[in-house]
Amino acid sequence: MDKGLLFFMQLVASGIALGCLYAMIALGFVLILKATDILNFAQGEVIMMAAFICYFLVTALHMPFLLAVVLTCLSVGLMGILTERIILRPMIGEPVFAVVMVTIGLSIFLRSLAGIIFGHTNLVFPSPFPKETVSMGGIILSQTQIWIMISTLGLIIIFFVFFKYSRLGLAMRGTANDQHIALLMGISVKRVFALIWGISFITGAIAGIFLANVMVINLGISFVAVSAFPAIILGGLESIPGAIIGGIAIGVIENLAGGYLDQIIGGGVKDVTPFVVLFLILMVRPYGLFGKKEIERV
Amino acid sequence: MAIRSKTFRETYYEDIKLLQTLWIKIWIGLFILGLIVAPFATDPYVIYLINLSCVATVAALGLNLLTGFTGQISLGHAAFFAIGAYCTAILASDLRMPYWVCLPASGFFAAFTGLLVGIPCLRLKGLYLAMATMSFGVVVEYVVITWEGVTKGVRGIGIPTPKVFGYPLDSNEKLYYFLLAVTALAIVAATNLVRTRIGRAFIAIRDRDIAAEVMGVNLTKYKVMAFAIGSFYAGVAGGLYAYLMHYIHPEHFTFLLSVQYLAIIIVGGLGSILGSVFGAVFITIIPEFIKGLADLLTLAIPALQDKYDDGWNIAAFGLLIMLFLIFEPKGLFGIWIRIKTCFKNWPYTY
Repeated sequence: MDKGLLFFMQLVASGIALGCLYAMIALGFVLILKATDILNFAQGEVIMMAAFICYFLVTALHMPFLLAVVLTCLSVGLMGILTERIILRPMIGEPVFAVVMVTIGLSIFLRSLAGIIFGHTNLVFPSPFPKETVSMGGIILSQTQIWIMISTLGLIIIFFVFFKYSRLGLAMRGTANDQHIALLMGISVKRVFALIWGISFITGAIAGIFLANVMVINLGISFVAVSAFPAIILGGLESIPGAIIGGIAIGVIENLAGGYLDQIIGGGVKDVTPFVVLFLILMVRPYGLFGKKEIERV
Repeated sequence: MAIRSKTFRETYYEDIKLLQTLWIKIWIGLFILGLIVAPFATDPYVIYLINLSCVATVAALGLNLLTGFTGQISLGHAAFFAIGAYCTAILASDLRMPYWVCLPASGFFAAFTGLLVGIPCLRLKGLYLAMATMSFGVVVEYVVITWEGVTKGVRGIGIPTPKVFGYPLDSNEKLYYFLLAVTALAIVAATNLVRTRIGRAFIAIRDRDIAAEVMGVNLTKYKVMAFAIGSFYAGVAGGLYAYLMHYIHPEHFTFLLSVQYLAIIIVGGLGSILGSVFGAVFITIIPEFIKGLADLLTLAIPALQDKYDDGWNIAAFGLLIMLFLIFEPKGLFGIWIRIKTCFKNWPYTY
């Protein structure tokens, strides 16, 4: 392969790995959005909390990595259920603006709380994945990146089976489709809401643990979730396959822009690309690739 | 708003008066008098806090016109504020322009960018609009840091002292009157704006945009106008901030600042001019309370020594936003109205 093509392929491959992370984060957003029509701006802080908790369990309590992951997921899931119960349930029936602002309030509250508890230093997670890189036809990927791809795939399969075949998954889909009818059919909508928050937080926790492996842990980790917004918009807000495809697409676009444009404009293009893309998508196709097209005629 | 009993208005002129009753005139007069003598009676730090509140009030008025009155969620208010601040800083330091050029120029330039953002955002509402404005904020932050040729990047810009009729406003006390005057002007302008056709159109769009369009409100025109006016206020506030701080830096204009302005209008009261003022003052002095609280806590628990930092204030903003939205969605303005009616109707309950 010639050098230019190889460079391109390398950017695409690591873009897919990054995109898988975005897809995981986007899944967390979309699950809540689909069932409860709430965009949880605090998802980034959930990710950050999970990274901090997992770091604490592994370094301070010397737990094995897998046990720490399970405990992190459980505690963060519980946090999700409590969040729904305490903060979001009183907001049912309030205007969109109020609900959005409550989650933003929660997000800055959690972030500064984490700052007070864990401090502002950069922590480095003792990665459980071997340092050796894997080379496939000249494309080099780290083991962490490969594990990210595998777990995203696993998560997708689990969600697919869960929503297709399990009783609870069906109840959740029913609730997302129409809350009133779900209620009439004997589904406890309150329980579904609480559980969906828990599941979404757990998805965020898994993403957070992987993020802790690829970057340093500090308060800034929560901003990665903001970069996943373009993914859910591109996917169409309420579509789970959309979130995954959107996430991967944004990861690839971000990496390509970083690889090619950084040389021309100067550093930092990578961080701002998702937002430029977000702005463009909203201008051209606000309902995304798989979203419901809301028709309003005057 | 309810008209109190025994108020008889016989002419149309009486109905449109800004200050309705004698007592309102007296209270406002006393309040203004109090503000004028304040620098002689209190210490400089209080004056500095009032100055900060003035800047926050002007910016919050703009956001309240856009978000509280027109219902267009903006998570990018800090971006317009930054544009205004940089406009003033560049005009005042590089081109040596006087304040009466800088401030309006900042306002109009911010309003122009508001137009640029507002026009493509016309199709968006709710969550989508929140995301679009937020991404605009991130892009502006990036531009401010990266475009070093104009904004000097992370080195920041120093701003020379403004001169009013050749008289330099080189201390907080001198800037105080200047800021008060601009803020008063902004409040009166906003109060009058929401009483006109434009203001009523804004409220109609917030309550139900399709119904408003059916009633003959030109959605395109008024939504863009709301964006332009909101960003004009933010731009002027940014200019005032630049003069007040003498130095601006990209770190002053992050996403957190946008959230802080939203906190101001939520805590103060959405869709209320007086609420913006309440909120601005409240959010500006909250850090002082928390500092005091932290001092008390350190006395009780010595382990907390030196733990106080900015994070506590931001945590308090977050907590306040949540508490107000859950328990008091009308904000401080709602509490104010309740207390007022309670006194007015005393000894009856209604």
